[in-house]
Amino acid sequence: MIFIFGLFLLTLLVITAIAIVRTEDLFVAVMLTSIFSLLMAANFFILDAADVALTEAAVGAGVTTVIFLCALALTDDKEKPRQGSRWVTFSTVGVLALLIIYATFDKPRLGDPDAPVHQHIAPWYIEKTTEYIDIPNVVTAILSSFRGYDTLGEVFVVFAACIGVLFILGVSPPRKSRQVTEKNSGLRHHLIPQVVGRLLIPFIVLFGLYVQFHGEYSPGGGFQAGAIIATGVILYALLEGEAEALRAIPRGVLLGMVVGGALLYGGVGVACMFMGGAFLDYSVLAADPIFGQQLGILIIEAGVGMAVCGALLTIFHAFAAREILS
Amino acid sequence: MNLLELLGYFNYWVFAIILTVGLYAVINKTNLIKKLIGLSIFQSAVFLMYITMDKVEGGTAPIIQAGVEDQVFSNPLPQVLILTAIVVGVSTLSLGLAMVVRISECYGTIEENEILDSD
Repeated sequence: MIFIFGLFLLTLLVITAIAIVRTEDLFVAVMLTSIFSLLMAANFFILDAADVALTEAAVGAGVTTVIFLCALALTDDKEKPRQGSRWVTFSTVGVLALLIIYATFDKPRLGDPDAPVHQHIAPWYIEKTTEYIDIPNVVTAILSSFRGYDTLGEVFVVFAACIGVLFILGVSPPRKSRQVTEKNSGLRHHLIPQVVGRLLIPFIVLFGLYVQFHGEYSPGGGFQAGAIIATGVILYALLEGEAEALRAIPRGVLLGMVVGGALLYGGVGVACMFMGGAFLDYSVLAADPIFGQQLGILIIEAGVGMAVCGALLTIFHAFAAREILS
Repeated sequence: MNLLELLGYFNYWVFAIILTVGLYAVINKTNLIKKLIGLSIFQSAVFLMYITMDKVEGGTAPIIQAGVEDQVFSNPLPQVLILTAIVVGVSTLSLGLAMVVRISECYGTIEENEILDSD
């Protein structure tokens, strides 16, 4: 039954992808991208990837859509029809698709327990998580302890991207075309978004905090929590106007979260070295190595959550604060 | 090969189609935002491939329940890789969008051929 549902979702996914590319209205394309992400999240869930589904739903369907819309407001939301032939591209990608499909017949079919990917190190991770770390969620254990280096790198990439956006959008727009636009007051005069949004925001933030601190026991962790809390604050900014959201959480605090989160992660690693272990080897943080691991994971997940939430909100504000040129 | 076995490859076929749909948008569209949308579709297709590989028959999400013996878990490793990749994806995407916004301010258009013409 779930298998048929999966086929249905995948077919919808293909239809949505084609519709996104075909439409010439970029606003429609962005809305369809949001649906595409939601379908993708449902697919991930069917394929047993609960953590990934949560991330894709929060990031893909939530934050990405808002950032795309911000960019559309600053540029143009209509695509100009293209002249010239599209058949060369069409046939090239068609041949590529057929080649990939031909290649997939050499892959192990879906769910094959003997596939090479399940033979190497994954069984070791599943087996040893209880012994070394003793938290139920193996994904969190791998993410923050076994492969902590990777995650540290990813957090730094998010940090660098955030700084990059600030640099690019930090320059003031060209003088000659500057024009004063009316003050953005959000959806303050619309009753229904106001009522529903005000009801939802506390619960979104609360759920984000739950996902953050319960990430060792259930799907979740810093990446998901940061994205969920960011969507809550972005919703507030959409309802009340950007200025109100900046009054609630000023820019300095957001930047502090980005820098502080990345520093917290790296700092725990260095602290491990000072206490006699290797970089990011949390076992030395407490007398009991298992408790040390759990403590280390809790702290670095908090760092990840802060960095992701701060980075996404900083990026959102950088786009939203840009003056609209006509 | 019977039908059910063939359908075991369906996820990979969808991966191939979505990947090439994204690639088509990147190559053929002149609108820069459309190109970025195509790029994110391409990226999602790669995510789908990784997550498809993690599934084990009869398996469940890799969360160990106390007191339950002989559980089969899906592979947690691809999940970890993709989880972080999604968040990195949105950051790099916004970097690209920031550049598009700057291009639009300087050239007054986000169509690639018009930008090339005015240079």
